[in-house]
Amino acid sequence: MLEVSGITQIFGGVTALEAVSFSIAQGDITGVIGPNGAGKTTLFNIITGIYRQTSGTVQLEGRDVSGYPPEKLARLAMVRTFQNIELFSGMTVLENVMVGMHTKSTSGLLACALKMPWSISEERRIRSAAMKWLEFTDMVAYADTVAGNLPFGKGRLLEIARALAVEPRIMLMDEPAAGLNSQETVALAKLIKQIRDLGVTVVLVEHDMELVMDICDRIVVLNLGRKLAEGTPREIQESHEVIAAYLGDGD
Amino acid sequence: MRRDLLFFSGFSLLVMLAPQLFKGGYLMNVLVFVGINTMLAIALNLLLGYAGQISLGHAGFFGLGAYLSGILTTTANLNPWLAMPLAAIIVGCLAGTIGFPILKLKGHYLAMATLGLGIIIYIVFNETIELTGGPSGLSGIPNLKLAGISFDSDVKNYYLIWGMALAVMLFSINLANSRVGRALRAVHDSEVAAQVLGVNARLLKVQIFALSAVISSLAGSLYAHTMTFISPTSFGFNFSIELLTMVVIGGLGSIYGSFLGAALLTLLPEFLRGANDYDIIIYGGLLVVMVMFMPGGMVRGIPAAFRKVVRRKEVRDHA
Repeated sequence: MLEVSGITQIFGGVTALEAVSFSIAQGDITGVIGPNGAGKTTLFNIITGIYRQTSGTVQLEGRDVSGYPPEKLARLAMVRTFQNIELFSGMTVLENVMVGMHTKSTSGLLACALKMPWSISEERRIRSAAMKWLEFTDMVAYADTVAGNLPFGKGRLLEIARALAVEPRIMLMDEPAAGLNSQETVALAKLIKQIRDLGVTVVLVEHDMELVMDICDRIVVLNLGRKLAEGTPREIQESHEVIAAYLGDGD
Repeated sequence: MRRDLLFFSGFSLLVMLAPQLFKGGYLMNVLVFVGINTMLAIALNLLLGYAGQISLGHAGFFGLGAYLSGILTTTANLNPWLAMPLAAIIVGCLAGTIGFPILKLKGHYLAMATLGLGIIIYIVFNETIELTGGPSGLSGIPNLKLAGISFDSDVKNYYLIWGMALAVMLFSINLANSRVGRALRAVHDSEVAAQVLGVNARLLKVQIFALSAVISSLAGSLYAHTMTFISPTSFGFNFSIELLTMVVIGGLGSIYGSFLGAALLTLLPEFLRGANDYDIIIYGGLLVVMVMFMPGGMVRGIPAAFRKVVRRKEVRDHA
């Protein structure tokens, strides 16, 4: 599904990532973990086209997508969410999700402004699809709320609903549980599994180890810009290197 | 959606009945300018209020429309109805070409670049004397004619210009509530999130910049054909600032707000005749006061202030 090979990222004189390679299988939930500053978010920004890596390639479903801008990746059914949720705060919840339908609709500027018949029917289709994703994330009650007024946890759900509207085959989530209370985290775990059951491959960066160990099929561990380990949650929990990276090696 | 249409119909009806109320007279002439400025304010608002991209050079596009129309109909003897769209196409292509590099800039840098653009256009109007007549202006621009009627009086021009202004309004309202309008507002709120969802922010910004220039150009052409005389002073930096003031005072991201802003700033000078050299100071002061006390502009601030007064009164009545 996704193949990352030899990714190196150098900012000025600092090496943020060094020759990181791994691959992600279709339909898996994969966790990317590591201590602060390990390069997780940098890696996400490279995969999703926000940064351009110094060297190395990213392959999406067999196609080399290195250097593709985010909007092009969205058309290839890759989408992401952000650590500090990035909502369209001046728009309603429903409108936010409707923006997610951008790649699934085609009406141009003139067709929209002149209300051409096809743009009207497309608008109806966009609205009903957006409602469907609000139902999926249990956000229907907030449809007309201005996104900027949502409580944080609901904002997180909105961001997920909006990303799902793109109908992704792969979804990258940057710390989806950050800032959520324990109840919300449990609900999130359930939602992520439901998303996987839709056939979406999920990759998440996460600090909440309980969540990661619970839902992930595989885990990639980064430390100081390098891949430290890769395996099933059980293998990772038993890895001496990982324990050393997190707790110090006891010397 | 249906309520929007009803409101627009009511507004259009009022606009169309206004000449009956004022029975011609000097005010008609002012209301013609309110119409032109409404178009310009909406054009700038699409860019600034919806897409979140500033322009301090929009008077330049307005002037280009006016001068292209003027030159095409006088020197090249073209029919004004042909000159108008031709001017708009030229201005649209120009804005699209310039937009690609300069819309990469953000915030202050974009403000500076568009400011420079406006000033360059202004200098061209002044210096290409054999084309534009330079500082002494271009005269003898023909009025528009339709089915034997020449638009040469204030009342006729009122209907012509407000017909166009209402069309621009409806066009923009539809656009704002559509797939493209949502994408614009999305780019405004979080460009990176919009891109991740598949919005080509760069292309969209250029598109809306060009559209904004086209509407400004059409307003410029109408201005030229109603005034029959144009000179560079109408298209200088001061007017760009005036347009910006209209948009902010009326309400960013509101089409009716642009009308309110245009109406206020067009009517205000009529009441401040004695203060003609201080107008820029008054605009500046107004802008500061509005940003401090009504950051949402008149279109949101006035209803909010009204609600506050009503609530206070209720509290007092209960006490």
